[in-house]
Amino acid sequence: MRMFKETSLIFSRQLDRVETLGRYTIVRRYGKMVGLLALLAIAIVFPLVFSNSEETGIALFALIFAAAVTGWNIFSGYTGYISLGHAAYFGTGAYALAIICQVWNVPAGYTPFLFVPVAGLVAAVLAVPVGWIALRVRRHTFVVITIAIFFIFQLLAINLTEQYTTTGSLNLPIPVDWTGDFYNIPFYYASLILLLVAIAISWWVRNSKYGLGLLAIRDDEDRALGLGVKTVPSKLAAFVISAFIVGMAGAIWAYYVFVIYPPTAFDATFDVAFVLMAFLGGVGTISGPILGALLLESTQQYFTSVLTQNGGYYLIAYGALFLAVILLLPRGIIPTLSERWARYQVSRHQSLQEHDAIVTALPTPDGVAENVERKEGINL
Amino acid sequence: MLGLIVEAIILGILTGGVYALMASGLTLVFGVMNIINVGQGALVILGAYLSYFLEQQLHIDLFLGLLLTMPFMFGLGLLIEFFFIRPIKRDRTMFSILVTFGVALIIEGILNIIFSANPVQLSAWYITGSFPVGGFNIFDFHVGSFYLGYIYVFGFLLAVVLLGGLYLLVYRTKFGFALRASMQNRTAAELIGIDVERVSTITFGIGIALAAAGGMAYGATNLFNAGSAYDLISRLLAIIIFGGMGSLSGALIASLGMLVIEDVTTVVWSPSWATTVFFILLVVILLLRPQGLLGKVEVRKQ
Repeated sequence: MRMFKETSLIFSRQLDRVETLGRYTIVRRYGKMVGLLALLAIAIVFPLVFSNSEETGIALFALIFAAAVTGWNIFSGYTGYISLGHAAYFGTGAYALAIICQVWNVPAGYTPFLFVPVAGLVAAVLAVPVGWIALRVRRHTFVVITIAIFFIFQLLAINLTEQYTTTGSLNLPIPVDWTGDFYNIPFYYASLILLLVAIAISWWVRNSKYGLGLLAIRDDEDRALGLGVKTVPSKLAAFVISAFIVGMAGAIWAYYVFVIYPPTAFDATFDVAFVLMAFLGGVGTISGPILGALLLESTQQYFTSVLTQNGGYYLIAYGALFLAVILLLPRGIIPTLSERWARYQVSRHQSLQEHDAIVTALPTPDGVAENVERKEGINL
Repeated sequence: MLGLIVEAIILGILTGGVYALMASGLTLVFGVMNIINVGQGALVILGAYLSYFLEQQLHIDLFLGLLLTMPFMFGLGLLIEFFFIRPIKRDRTMFSILVTFGVALIIEGILNIIFSANPVQLSAWYITGSFPVGGFNIFDFHVGSFYLGYIYVFGFLLAVVLLGGLYLLVYRTKFGFALRASMQNRTAAELIGIDVERVSTITFGIGIALAAAGGMAYGATNLFNAGSAYDLISRLLAIIIFGGMGSLSGALIASLGMLVIEDVTTVVWSPSWATTVFFILLVVILLLRPQGLLGKVEVRKQ
């Protein structure tokens, strides 16, 4: 016991920002890494265990949405500017991939996946002028403008599709070689890779100086500007990055569903879904949006497969859940849990023994000191 | 051609009045409570369905039916405010958008279950009937005669009456005084003894009662189903951004402008691009005046 404590002290000196936190921090740091690797392993072997196409179908939708919400969170979660129009980039990505496949005669199979980043890039390029216009205003006006811009995109999609196609829809190549339960597997791993990319970007942003600037914008934009954060380019860059990821998610989704109509690709419920998933898990955290998306999208997919006869019940359930989350759990699952956990740890440390260094500012899993007062995750 | 354009302008002004009715509720609620009711579209459709129900089942005239639906929707507004808006403790504006979106989804779901997704339209003699207008000269130019549905005129008159009533309420009554005081400065209004919470609740109810009236006029001139709420709310939001959030006269100008632009575009270009032109204009306005036509410039919030 004593030995362990000494080694742990040596260890902890090597850790940044930590002086004498005791074995608990180390266990948690390594535990976290092991946990993440275990999660990754579970995600990788999931389709091998649950190979049924229904199960992998639900799982891949959950992954696509987890990636999209992670992308949304890079902008809205970190800067506090809530965008209710990111479904526009989801749709743009979907349309971009469909058009690329048609124009360049991309064969079915694995090649369309190579064009997914291109589709994301198209969405990102479109997001530049949109973000430039929308980010001139703040707070609620911004939210409303993103909604309006989403509807402009939807309208354009409807009109242009009507003009350039006879069916009112766009088709993507269908990989006929992938038969039976195997059909979902490539999509599953493509979505998983996209999610990992999204997490990596999100993690980098959260832990970089740039991300710190975004968080400063969230907490107090004018003060951030005064302190030298280049707020306008920072916000725009975050907006474009998030549009890029959401666009790629839309592209994979489009390839999976293979026929896209303007109302399905530019779907207003996706707007709500992104916000709801992020709020459920915890806006502005890395893991929160992923958790929210995995929970919500899989239940949603399950419900739609069970309640097929009338969309009404589904809408009611969704709306009620939305209200419950916003009113009862406005901070989301992850922040609420991590706060509880931190409090529990503090009280345990205090009661356990006095000479074991008492933690004053215990970091939450997201690295924010708990006793630092800060505004909640919305830019007002 | 010019005759058609004049016809389109007249039609645009008449329907614009109805949109002004729906948008004024939205912008009033924003002005007083600082909340954005994105459920307004769904509530308008709910109002339209209530009129539809009264007309189909009980054969009550649409305009008489408003005497029932408007108080009902007023009460519903009070309930929504009490149960969903009031519990929001912080970041009211932002959370109100999310909460009212949730309410809208529930309303849409209920309407889908009760009335199915098949589009319907209200019916009455003044909806099918029309009367000839035109045959007059404007600046030496002859405008050919055309038929105008009675409902457009009646709907516009309804809008004028209700908006006039709203004007009197806001500028001539004690409640209106309290309302404007809460709009200008919430804290100061509280300090001089105005029950801002009560004013807010009633304002929300009024906004939704106006949505019921607008819904009737909308349902009389358009085919609608529960999904029409999305189309409506996008237009209404565009209108209040265009006019400047919280400004009643801005909403009025913007709705008339939007509908005139749409109808004129329909005539000179194509119906499918009608809304797009308005939205492009909206973007231009936002580039020049981010706060909208008559909106107040945002000051730093502490």
